[in-house]
Amino acid sequence: MPIRKVMKANEAAAWAAKLAKPKVIAAFPITPSTLVPEKISEFVADGELDAEFIKVESEHSAISACVGASAAGVRTFTATASQGLALMHEILFIAAGMRLPIVIAVGNRALSAPINIWNDWQDTISERDTGWLQFYAENNQEALDLILIAYKVAENEKVLLPAMVGFDAFILTHTVEPVEIPDQELVDEFLGEYEPKYAYLDPSRPITQGTLAFPAHYMEARYTVWEANENARKVIDEAFAEFEKRFGRKYQKIEEYRTDDAEIIFVTMGSLAGTVKEYVDHLREQGIKVGAAKMTVYRPFPIEEVRALAKKAKVIALLEKNITFSVGGALFQDFSRALINESEKPKIVDFILGLGGRDVTFRDLDEALAIAQKALNGEAVDEVNWIGLRKEIL
Amino acid sequence: MAVRKPPITTREYWAPGHAACAGCGCATALRLATKAFSEAMEEKYGDPNAFAIAQATGCMEVVSAVFPYTAWKAPWLHVAFENAAAAASGVEAAWKKLGRKGKILAIGGDGGTADIGMQALSGMLERWHNVVYLMYDNEAYMNTGIQRSSSTPYGAWTTTSPPGKYSIGEDKPKKWVALIAAAHQVPYVATASIGNPFDFVKKMKKAAKVDGPAFVQVQCTCPTGWKSPLEKGVEIARLAIETGVWPLFEIENGDIWNIKIQAPGGGAKVKREGGRVVAIEFKKPIEEYLKLQGRFKHLFKQPEAIDVMREQIKAMWRTIGVEVTLPKPEE
Repeated sequence: MPIRKVMKANEAAAWAAKLAKPKVIAAFPITPSTLVPEKISEFVADGELDAEFIKVESEHSAISACVGASAAGVRTFTATASQGLALMHEILFIAAGMRLPIVIAVGNRALSAPINIWNDWQDTISERDTGWLQFYAENNQEALDLILIAYKVAENEKVLLPAMVGFDAFILTHTVEPVEIPDQELVDEFLGEYEPKYAYLDPSRPITQGTLAFPAHYMEARYTVWEANENARKVIDEAFAEFEKRFGRKYQKIEEYRTDDAEIIFVTMGSLAGTVKEYVDHLREQGIKVGAAKMTVYRPFPIEEVRALAKKAKVIALLEKNITFSVGGALFQDFSRALINESEKPKIVDFILGLGGRDVTFRDLDEALAIAQKALNGEAVDEVNWIGLRKEIL
Repeated sequence: MAVRKPPITTREYWAPGHAACAGCGCATALRLATKAFSEAMEEKYGDPNAFAIAQATGCMEVVSAVFPYTAWKAPWLHVAFENAAAAASGVEAAWKKLGRKGKILAIGGDGGTADIGMQALSGMLERWHNVVYLMYDNEAYMNTGIQRSSSTPYGAWTTTSPPGKYSIGEDKPKKWVALIAAAHQVPYVATASIGNPFDFVKKMKKAAKVDGPAFVQVQCTCPTGWKSPLEKGVEIARLAIETGVWPLFEIENGDIWNIKIQAPGGGAKVKREGGRVVAIEFKKPIEEYLKLQGRFKHLFKQPEAIDVMREQIKAMWRTIGVEVTLPKPEE
């Protein structure tokens, strides 16, 4: 029987790692993810997880050791956030290019400068072009479940890409919620033993991994990463379906909430989705036709799902805890890409909010709503809007 | 007819067909190192192939693994420039979990070890991974076209330490990574040279057989970067030993006070106290080593710079507890 425990998202991530039974874990502590390696250390110390835990001297070495272990053919895990993920940056490309299904749990945190330990999504969003799959959890249960799903997808032969699962710093990492821990036997059946087909360092069948490619071959290698991301679309759907069948919890790349007759749809990710659903309920009581949508999967970007969503709304209001300078938010670019050639498309209005852990309140959302409603009425509005900005201290 | 046993295994792991420059001393080093490793694995585990290699970006990586070809007959992994030791740590951990017997060989040049890879190397040694780290030291960033590294010796020309009106060439003493490695108190640290291949093989075997981390720093010549004759690599490396430029030593269990200094040859007179080398009187002047290399050519116009080099070499020897006499060439 699955057990329910009250725990932080960091603990949920550690439990997910325990259930997935990685053989090698390499991690370096960083706020707000520190509890993940701490909890895993306990599991290993108590013999509850039979893994080699490499206590590395940096995140760069954490991901490098994961690449080494994964290249040697074993399931690997690490956790990090913010500057730690940024320090891994170079090797993230390599992990994807070498098609190694490493999974990282990321406590989504703002990037320096100024140094700030609180939540936004700039860390993982900044890694969107590395080739890694990206999932975002709304709550602690999702943090656990999505890590298991991430392994399922990452290790699929049609994919073989690393994956990161983001959950918001402090809002989730340090907040307790009831989490259902699935039965180990069911997880074993769901994930199976990782059997690498291409990545192994076995003296009885020596192979060379991580070669140099001249212009004659580099582009094709990059194309296979593209292709694997494309393949991941279907594999993710299958993994979600199988997960639902086994564990009863339903996941979708984009989860819609009260969108059917919505004129304005708020789109967001992570824990903010919970706030926005509440807000939608609040507005619906006033008869305002709004809906919400949550991006559970950000890479591969769910283009078809975005198109289907866009057909339902006159205005798409993107609520983003990240910034792509001179453009707006990352979702703004991605939605534009998905919709640019559609014959009928909604207006897209972008909102930058909640950076560096600033609370996103109903008052902030009212501010966004007012702008979205202007756009709905055909009035000119800015494409990119900073919400909750304290202009008096600028 | 009696057939003499070859002095080292005929098994090859660094196969012909790699793209290293003619006369590359590092290619020689890797070929010998992997042969030595194989012999050690055979003696220790009964399986000559019981090893895998994790290699840093550098000359030896790019010349040996150009897709779709490979020069490697052992399992081999390259990740990036600075992380051979960290990647090797991961491979070793995975092997441990897989129950695979054997040892991991991490390889990096001086740039990938003394500079950008220093932190990962320190982490690997300190965590006590069962890895031998081989630093092939050709004393500059040869892969990117001969820029100085922290392992470039004083006075050497490189493209980023050019001699000029206000420059003597490289103006800092060489960083001795072997001594930094020894400070981790690991089971085995050694310096070696392709100028003494039997000694190098012996040390690699010893490193491969210890339980825990080991570090070997091998000087290998680079005719391109050193502007030296293609066929004189081993001779130049031997002169480095015989003139005092390159010390050969072993440090076990981090015991720097029990460093084993080897007699250099070349007519040098070695003074021992209680079996320990305390002084060496070299007979060959360092000029004999320098003059075969274009990278030091400019120094001969400024002999005082060679004297500075002599003082630095003496200081380095003093660090390892040996007073040396370095002769000047006869007028």
